[in-house]
Amino acid sequence: MQTIDLSDVGLRETNKTLHAQATNTNQTAWEIVNPRGSHAIACGLDAPIEVTVRGSTGYYCGGMNQQATVNIAGSAGPGTGENIMSGKIVIEGDASQYLGATGHGGLIVVKGNASSRCGISMKGVNIVVQGNVGHMSAFMGQSGNLVVCGDAGDALGDSCYEARFFVRGAVKSLGADCEKKEMRSEHIEILQGLLNEAGIDADPSEFTRYGSARNLYNFDVDNAGAY
Amino acid sequence: MCGIVGLFLKDKSLEPQLGEMLTSMLITMTDRGPDSAGIAIYGDETKGKTKLVVQSDTPDTSFDGLDAALGKALGGKVSMDIKSTHAVLTLPAGTTQTARAAMKESHPEIRVMSRGDSLEIYKEVGLPKDVAARFAVEKMTGSHGIGHTRMATESAVTTMGAHPFNTGDDQCLVHNGSLSNHNSLRRKLRREGIHIETENDTEVGAAYLTWQMQNGATLGEALESSLDDLDGFFTFVVGTKDGFGVVRDPIACKPAVMAETDQYVAFGSEYRALVDLPGIENARVWEPEPATVYFWSHDAAPTSTEKAA
Repeated sequence: MQTIDLSDVGLRETNKTLHAQATNTNQTAWEIVNPRGSHAIACGLDAPIEVTVRGSTGYYCGGMNQQATVNIAGSAGPGTGENIMSGKIVIEGDASQYLGATGHGGLIVVKGNASSRCGISMKGVNIVVQGNVGHMSAFMGQSGNLVVCGDAGDALGDSCYEARFFVRGAVKSLGADCEKKEMRSEHIEILQGLLNEAGIDADPSEFTRYGSARNLYNFDVDNAGAY
Repeated sequence: MCGIVGLFLKDKSLEPQLGEMLTSMLITMTDRGPDSAGIAIYGDETKGKTKLVVQSDTPDTSFDGLDAALGKALGGKVSMDIKSTHAVLTLPAGTTQTARAAMKESHPEIRVMSRGDSLEIYKEVGLPKDVAARFAVEKMTGSHGIGHTRMATESAVTTMGAHPFNTGDDQCLVHNGSLSNHNSLRRKLRREGIHIETENDTEVGAAYLTWQMQNGATLGEALESSLDDLDGFFTFVVGTKDGFGVVRDPIACKPAVMAETDQYVAFGSEYRALVDLPGIENARVWEPEPATVYFWSHDAAPTSTEKAA
């Protein structure tokens, strides 16, 4: 295990060191201590390494991640895992707003709650939240899965495309063009796989699936007056 | 973008360090707002007296003999403590209005930063570290305080555009965000006779609260109605004589983090601002909910009221 003291070496040096790890690096385990809520920790990684941040992070931790696993042993600031491409981010505490925004792939796990706009414009990322998510989650979600073991806030899945949302608890309100859907066996299977991968023990049959009603896909001439 | 910090002490033994803790929090928020900074601090009450904090761009001439001149005008003792461009005037209770009117006549260049029995507001253009050093905020003591670092978006970078804004006796407001209906609201409030000095959006927010409270609303009620009447983005932190409150607009895109321990309640635009507080590792840390008014008071139990968006 390689340990980096962030308050000692600074952010640029820390990220530079992590970026220098090649696909075949033999230094696969990294630990970052004293993060002190700094921004952009472990951003832009592209190697199969595991980085554990010991404490809470600020904006954009693990952003643009590819291949790497980033563990946050604390809470995470806004935009964590923004535009994640692959790999995994695990947050032990809570996550702030727009977690995993525009994420194309990979998995983000939150052991606590996620705030507003979780998974906004998701494009293939899978997000599993053990607690609740805030308002406008998965706004314009295009593909991927958002799993919420607790409750969802206002306007879940507003203007969504083909992303899937699984919520175990209550949904405060659904966004425009988001509707409740039938939970078929293939969805149970997908959900079970995501819960397993996230290491969360929950019964998939207790969840409700939501997704696009596909009414916004095409312009409805009856709405012309609204413009 | 702007930075907000706030600290409400439950543990009296920390009061001598309030200024020091707030200064460190404020400086951490420099990159959210490097153009100006300000601090509102609630210190000792002036028994039978009241305080007026005034500012001048030419303190040497403006403040020269100001205490004596005001004492004469008010017919009572006025003491003055000059801190850089600001001066704390301690006046006989109930003479604030007379003093303002007298200064408007004799010293039109002097601007009032705050009025109240315990509140003092200090704000200037410049880096937060320089502003804090100018007023020796580090040495200030008190029960609670609020700080702001400004990155101007809606109006000029001036002392009067810096936060906190004084909204009433012992009340102040800081804002992160931007109000989009401030022009129409300013016209409306001016028609109602509310004094608004600048083209700044937050000053309108502050004036709105003042107007609501003049019409009988409590601060809590004024904040709740602000959710209906103010259009735009805001995280507000308000200070009162015995506590502080927090409210975020329903969209809540301006960040806010709170931390609470047995010793304090702290607010920061980011967690970074809170990392040096004692016992932060074991504090309860959370984000205040949108469209919800939170209050912590030395006189009453904490409250939070959700208002439907």
